[in-house]
Amino acid sequence: MAAPLALVLVVAVTVRAALFRSSLAEFISERVEVVSPLSSWKRVVEGLSLLDLGVSPYSGAVFHETPLIIYLFHFLIDYAELVFMITDALTAIALYFAIQDFNKVVFKKQKLLLELDQYAPDVAELIRTPMEMRYIPLKVALLQCFPQCYFSCLSDIPVSVPPYLVCPRTPLSPPAAVHTCENEEQGLLDLFLGVCHDVCGKPSGNRLPLLLPSQLLGFHPRSLWLYCWVSPDFKLSCAVKEGLSVPDLTPNIGLFWYFFAEMFEHFSLFFVCVFQINVFFYTIPLAIKLKEHPIFFMFIQIAIIAIFKSYPTVGDVALYMAFFPVWNHLYRFLRNIFVLTCIIIVCSLLFPVLWHLWIYAGSANSNFFYAITLTFNVGQILLISDYFYAFLRREYYLTHGLYLTAKDGTEAMLVLK
Amino acid sequence: MGLLSDPVRRRALARLVLRLNAPLCVLSYVAGIAWFLALVFPPLTQRTYMSENAMGSTMVEEQFAGGDRARAFARDFAAHRKKSGALPVAWLERTMRSVGLEVYTQSFSRKLPFPDETHERYVLGEWGVPGPRAHLGGRGLGWVSPWRVSWGQEAQWEGKSLVGIGGLEKGGLQRPTTVTLRSPPPYCIQMVSGTNVYGILRAPRAASTESLVLTVPCGSDSTNSQAVGLLLALAAHFRGQIYWAKDIIFLVTEHDLLGTEAWLEAYHDVNVTGMQSSPLQGRAGAIQAAVALELSSDVVTSLDVAVEGLNGQLPNLDLLNLFQTFCQKGGLLCTLQGKLQPQDWTSLDGPLQGLQTLLLMVLRQASGRPHGSHGLFLRYRVEALTLRGINSFRQYKYDLVAVGKALEGMFRKLNHLLERLHQSFFLYLLPALSRFVSIGLYMPAAGFLLLVLGLKALELWMQLHEAEVGVEEPGGAPGPSVPLPPSQGVGLASLVAPLLISQAMGLALYVLPVLGQHVATQHFPVAEAEAVVLTLLAIYAAGLALPHNTHRPLSCRVVSTQAPDRGWMALKLVALIYLALQLGCIALTNFSLGFLLATTMVPAAALAKPHGPRTLYAALLVLTSPAATLLGSLFLWRELQEAPLSLAEGWQLFLAALAQGVLEHHTYGALLFPLLSLGLYPCWLLFWNVLFWK
Repeated sequence: MAAPLALVLVVAVTVRAALFRSSLAEFISERVEVVSPLSSWKRVVEGLSLLDLGVSPYSGAVFHETPLIIYLFHFLIDYAELVFMITDALTAIALYFAIQDFNKVVFKKQKLLLELDQYAPDVAELIRTPMEMRYIPLKVALLQCFPQCYFSCLSDIPVSVPPYLVCPRTPLSPPAAVHTCENEEQGLLDLFLGVCHDVCGKPSGNRLPLLLPSQLLGFHPRSLWLYCWVSPDFKLSCAVKEGLSVPDLTPNIGLFWYFFAEMFEHFSLFFVCVFQINVFFYTIPLAIKLKEHPIFFMFIQIAIIAIFKSYPTVGDVALYMAFFPVWNHLYRFLRNIFVLTCIIIVCSLLFPVLWHLWIYAGSANSNFFYAITLTFNVGQILLISDYFYAFLRREYYLTHGLYLTAKDGTEAMLVLK
Repeated sequence: MGLLSDPVRRRALARLVLRLNAPLCVLSYVAGIAWFLALVFPPLTQRTYMSENAMGSTMVEEQFAGGDRARAFARDFAAHRKKSGALPVAWLERTMRSVGLEVYTQSFSRKLPFPDETHERYVLGEWGVPGPRAHLGGRGLGWVSPWRVSWGQEAQWEGKSLVGIGGLEKGGLQRPTTVTLRSPPPYCIQMVSGTNVYGILRAPRAASTESLVLTVPCGSDSTNSQAVGLLLALAAHFRGQIYWAKDIIFLVTEHDLLGTEAWLEAYHDVNVTGMQSSPLQGRAGAIQAAVALELSSDVVTSLDVAVEGLNGQLPNLDLLNLFQTFCQKGGLLCTLQGKLQPQDWTSLDGPLQGLQTLLLMVLRQASGRPHGSHGLFLRYRVEALTLRGINSFRQYKYDLVAVGKALEGMFRKLNHLLERLHQSFFLYLLPALSRFVSIGLYMPAAGFLLLVLGLKALELWMQLHEAEVGVEEPGGAPGPSVPLPPSQGVGLASLVAPLLISQAMGLALYVLPVLGQHVATQHFPVAEAEAVVLTLLAIYAAGLALPHNTHRPLSCRVVSTQAPDRGWMALKLVALIYLALQLGCIALTNFSLGFLLATTMVPAAALAKPHGPRTLYAALLVLTSPAATLLGSLFLWRELQEAPLSLAEGWQLFLAALAQGVLEHHTYGALLFPLLSLGLYPCWLLFWNVLFWK
C-alpha cells in the first residue's frame, strides 16, 4: 500500500512544482476565494520585510500570522515553496496512516460489538468489510493533496504548515501517537487536532471549539500544549483580535464581510458576538450526541468551522472535504447528495464569474457575489447536516435493525425532528 | 427545509418529478420562450429614466455653430488622406495644435494571427511596394493570396517597419512561383501598424484628474472624414469655453478598433492582447465616459446609436438616456439597431416592432463583437457608445451643426458628473430607445430554459439511483433492497473516455486552426484565412465521427455488469449538468448569448437518447449545434434587417463570421470563440455520444 501513496505524493509534488512555475500561480494567488487576509502569503512577505527593518510586523494592519510562522519563514523564505510541499506531503502521509489506524479501530470495535451481539440481526449489509475500507486512506491522502495543491498552497500558507511547528511529533509518527495513548481513538483525535489545527487556529477565537470537545471527552491534557505557543511574543493579541473582531472586510467566500460592511459601526460588536457564536454553539450538543464517535465529531467540527469562521478560504473547505471517503459507507443514507453537489459545483463556478462582473466589468455589484456566497454556505450546511443525519440513521439501524415496522405493521420511516 | 427532510413530502415530490417530467419540461421550455416574447409588452418593459442627478435636465445652451468649419476640416482631411494613402498624421497634428489642443501621437503595430480579409488592414501594391490602400470590402473569402509568407520573411519585414512610409524593399520578398493574380492584386500580410493622434483639451477648472473622450476611428477606407471634421470643429469650439471641469481627449485612431485597442492599452498601461505600441506621452486622468463618432456624409437623416460592446458588455443606461434626451431636444431623429422607435405601445404594432429591435439587439450582443470602437472602452470600465450618422432617402436632413449641438450638450452634461456613471442599469435589453427591460425581468426567461435541464438531470439521477439502491432511497425508507453494486467506480470510469475525447476535440478546435494555417497553405491552394476557417470546419465535423466509436470497449464492460441503460444515462446526466452550468454562467455575463444558445441547445439536449427515432434526434442535434446556431442567427439577423440572404450569401457570411470570430479573439480578447470551442462544442459532442451510445 505504500507504493500508491508514494505515487500520489510524487504526482502531487510534481504538479505543484509545475504550478508554482507557471503563470497560473500568480493568477491563483490573487483570487479572493483562495486568499484570506489572515493567511495570505503576500502579507507574510510584508511582515517579513517589516521584521527585517526592525519594525514589529504587527504594527501595521497587514500581517496577522503567528510569530512562529514569521520566524520560520524568516529563515526559510527562499525555500518557502519547498516547505509548503513538504508539509503538504507530510500531512497527506499523516492522514493516510491516521485513517488506516482509524479503520482498524473501527473494525475492531465492530467485531467486538458483533461478538457481544449488540447489533440487530438483519444489518449484515451495513457491516463494513476490510475490502471496502482498503482504499479509503489512499483516497483521503489523494483528496488532501490535490485541491490543496491546486489552490491553497500557491498563495496561502498551506493549511498544513502550523501543526508541524507546534507538534512535530504528531504528524511525523502517527502510529506512535496512536500506540502511546491509552485510548486509541483519543490518540487519533490528538493527531487530527494537530492537522486541522490551523483551520481553527487562525481566527484564534475559533480554537475554543476544539478545546471544548477535548475537555468534554476527557481528552488527554497533552493536546492543550498545542495552544500554549500563543505566548505573547510581540503584540500577539493582534492575531487573536483579527479573527474575532473581523476588521478586514475584504470579500471572501464566508458570511461575515458583506454583513459587516453594510452595518452601522454602532452595532458591530453585538453582531460580531452573534456571528462568532455560531462556531462555538454546536460544540456541546454535538459532543453529547457524538460522544462515542470522536472522529466523526471532529469532521463535523472542521466543517462547521470552515463554514462559520470569519475568513474562510477554499483551503478550509477542501480540508474537510478530504474526509468524505472516510464516510463512504454513509452514501446510501444521504438524501440530497445530488442536489447539494450540484449547488456546490454551481456556486464554485459562479464565484469567479460574479467576481469578474463585479470587480472587472463593473456591471454587477457586491450583492451578486454575496448571494452566491450565501448559497454556497447554505449548500455546505445542508451537506453537513445530511452527513450528520445519515450517520445517526446508520447508527440507529445498526442497533434497531434495518427493516423497521411501525405499530400497525407497515414500513416505518425515520423522521428527523 | 421540511421538503428536504420530510420523507412523505419528498416521496410525493420525487413522484411528481418522475411522472410529470416530460410535460413539466415542455411547459418550462414554452414558459421560457413565452417570457422572452412577453418582454416587449409594457408591464415588463419600462420607460427609461435618467437616474444620475448631475445629468438630470437638459438645461444647457448649445452654442456650437461650426458647421462650415467642420465641413472644411473634413474636406482637407479627406484630401490629405487620399494623397498620403494613410492617416495624415502630420496634418492632424498641425490642425489640432492650431485649434489649441495639446497634441500627441502614438504608433502601434500588431501581428495578426492570420490576415484579416473583411477589413484589408494593409495592402501592398504590386510586388510588395507599399502603395495606396484599396478598400476591398465585400470581397470576403474566395480569393487566393499569392504570397506564401514564410516565417523568415516576416521577421525581415518587421525589422523594416512596414508602416506605409516605405520601409519595404522589393528584394526582401520573393515572387511566388505560382501566382494567380486577380485585379487588383489583394496582397495582404499579417502585420498591421499605424498611428493614433490625440489632442487633450485641458480643463481650466480642474486638475486633470478626470477626462472625457471623443473618438473617431478611421479605417483603411476613406469614410469617416466628416466625423474627423466635426471632431476638430467641436474641439475648436470647446477650446473657447470656460466651464470645463474634465479634460477632453479628442482621439483619432487608425485601423478602426485596432488603433483604439492600442491606445486604450497604452493609456491604462496594460498589455492584454500582445499589441506593440509606443508609450503615451500625455494623459488626462481617469476616463469617465467616451463617445465614438462615425459620420460619412455632410448631412444626416438620422443618428444610429450602438451600445453592444466586447463580450456583450453594455454601457450604463444613463449614457444612452443622455443621448436620447439631447436627440429629443434638438429634434434629431435617432434609431436603435437601425430601427425607429414605435410610438404606440398600447396596440400590438408597437410591441411587435419592439420585438424586432430586441431580437436584433440580442443577436448583436450574443455575437460578443464590439459594434463600434466604444465596445473596447467598456472593458476598461469607461462608459461609452457609438453614434453613427445615417444618410438615407428620407427627406428631412440635418447638417453637422445639429449633430455637433447634440454632442456638445452631451459633453456638457457629462462634464457635470460628480462620480462615475453608476446609478442606472448596466444589464438591460432594449426593445426601443426609450424602453428597457432590466435584468430581474429578463433573467426568468433563461431560468425557465435551464430548468428543463435541471428537471431532466433530476429524473435521470432518480432513475440511476433507483437502479442502484432499489426502491429504498428516494422515499428514505429501507425496503427490500438490492445489494449495493460494488462497481460504482466502473460506471464513472466509462465516462472518462468520452469526456476526455470531447474535451480534446474542443482543444484541437481551439488551437489547431491558427497553429496549422501555414501547413495548410503549403499543401493546399488556400490563403491563410481560408485555411483557418476550413480547418475549423473540418475539425468540427471530424468531432462528430470520432468520439462515439471510441467509448465502446469501455461501455461494454459496464453493460455486462449493470443495467444496459446505465452508461448513457450517466453520460447524459454529466452532459446535462455541464451544459446547464455553462449556459448559466454565460447567461449571467452575456444574457443574449446564453439565451440564444439555451433556446437552441436545450430541446435537443433534453431529447437525446439512444432509443427511438434516432435519425430525427440526430438531425435535431446537428441543427442545434453551436455552428448551426451561428448560421441560423446570421439568417435571422439579415431577415430582421429586412435584407434577407440567399443560401450562398449566407454561407459566405458564415465563413467570414468564423474567421472574424477567431480573429477577434486573438486581437481584442473576444470570448465567443473559446467559449464555443472549449466549452459548448465538447458538451454538445457528449450529447452526440449519448445519441450513438451502443
